[in-house]
Amino acid sequence: MRLLSIELYKLWHNRISKILIFSYFILIFSIAILSTIKVEIGPINFHLADQGIFNFPYIWHFNSFMIGLLKIFFAVIIVAMIGNEYSYKTLKQNLIDGLSKEEFLRSKVYAILAFVGISTLLVFLISLVLGGIYSDYNELQIVFSDLEYLLAYAIKLFGFFSLCLFLGLLIKRSAFALGFLALWQIIEGICFGLMKWKLSDLIPSHSAEQIFRFFPLNAMGNLIKEPFSRLSAIQNIADQIGEGFTKDYGVSTLNLCIVLAWSSLFLWWSLLLLKKRDL
Amino acid sequence: MSNILLQLDQLSKSFGNLKAVDQLSLTLEKGNVYGLLGPNGSGKSTTLGMILNVINPTSGSFSWYQGALTTHQALKKIGAIIERPNFYPYMTASQNLKLICKIKQCSHESIEEKLILVGLWERRHSKFKTFSLGMKQRLAIAAALVNNPDLLILDEPTNGLDPEGIHQIRKLITSIAELGTTILLASHLLDEVEKVCNHVIVLKEGVKFYEGPVDEISQSFGFFELKATDRKILTDFIKTLPEVKEMKLESNHLKVFLKAELSEEVLSKKLAEANIYCTHFVKKHPSLEDQFLTLTQS
Repeated sequence: MRLLSIELYKLWHNRISKILIFSYFILIFSIAILSTIKVEIGPINFHLADQGIFNFPYIWHFNSFMIGLLKIFFAVIIVAMIGNEYSYKTLKQNLIDGLSKEEFLRSKVYAILAFVGISTLLVFLISLVLGGIYSDYNELQIVFSDLEYLLAYAIKLFGFFSLCLFLGLLIKRSAFALGFLALWQIIEGICFGLMKWKLSDLIPSHSAEQIFRFFPLNAMGNLIKEPFSRLSAIQNIADQIGEGFTKDYGVSTLNLCIVLAWSSLFLWWSLLLLKKRDL
Repeated sequence: MSNILLQLDQLSKSFGNLKAVDQLSLTLEKGNVYGLLGPNGSGKSTTLGMILNVINPTSGSFSWYQGALTTHQALKKIGAIIERPNFYPYMTASQNLKLICKIKQCSHESIEEKLILVGLWERRHSKFKTFSLGMKQRLAIAAALVNNPDLLILDEPTNGLDPEGIHQIRKLITSIAELGTTILLASHLLDEVEKVCNHVIVLKEGVKFYEGPVDEISQSFGFFELKATDRKILTDFIKTLPEVKEMKLESNHLKVFLKAELSEEVLSKKLAEANIYCTHFVKKHPSLEDQFLTLTQS
């Protein structure tokens, strides 16, 4: 608690991070705005909320995916909270004042956990309310099924933020760390492309995908698959043109484990990096 | 309770091939005011960095409170200022100090007292980034004192300050020393050390060169500055004296360093007996600065 309060104190008194944190949580609420989208052009009367996106239990999937896209906002805060400690040299001062390197890292991790917790709770509440208003099914059994998407959401965020924390520590400068994060995404894509292209002679192409699912960012992305093609409206269209989907939209335990393993690796590397470095 | 605050045992740090600190052993005891002397790059800051948990030693070890506390626990009872004051620029003076109290787990009560002591109480609600360097440095001193530390470590506290700032900081250090706080003051400014310290440690190229009470380092037998019309006769005579350690010709004066007590009275009598009369005859005691230069240059 002491470590968490130290970190929150640092964030709370920084106007920029305060604004970012608030806007993040406000943006989460903005998903509710989707429900008000109504298009009325002559005979076509389209109301997004009526398309079933807010049906239980599908809403858990839809909201956790959509709100998950906002995580990049929070990545900025996390990378900045590490970058600042380096550029203000306050990391050095914190250590001199008697914070151990491990405690320093723990204070950051606790802050991340707190925000992941709040964020997940918000997703839960918003989905519950939106679903309550728009869902066609309101039986308790259906309402509270498929809650594993929330677990996946929390772990996805935690994994992503651990990566941000590690990159922040590794690179020390917030802007470069964010750039590197983007680069990482591109490198993963290139690796996948190369594997598919070059290794296809050696191994069948699906094994490239098998390997690729162990890449950190891809593993995080795989946790919650895109929900759009699961919408009944789109499914219907697909059926009509004879392209039926047989996609598994579930949350796979293996993916959860991969992301958790990456998170612990990132945190472990962060600690090693902190311990090894002279300041 | 033992008086030993800190012990260094063969502590070394290398940066690549450069040995910044080489097998340094030291013991700091409560109640003393230590001066850590050495020219720039002699390993002072590296040594302090190691005992303050920000630089990993290459070899050797150190222990706080004879190993009764881990380093980071011990640092909560220490106050330290290194090179430049590092605070969160977006927080005010008192917010910064409160954060330090959270880290050190000490009460917030003394914040007011320390801010008054360093003369920043009026500016407590100003953001750190609006402070001048002198004010930043004074805030750093307040921060280092906020837990009423057992040991106050100051690394070049007057570096980069204007004369008035230097004066303010020195006055502050002297008054803190008078309160009985144990201080370790690293500096290359010798008069600074001479004025406040009772114990000095001299480092040169990472090696401990001298350690002892400050009056012992300046307690030598002194030297004479002599001048005579016929320099050769004077030089030849001085050479025969058993008390003489060495002679140097410096801007027309003959500087005669002693290795045993030789009073002005005795020397002038001896010179007169040899029929030598000086045009210039002074006995001087070297300042710490002279001592330091002879120590580190030899």
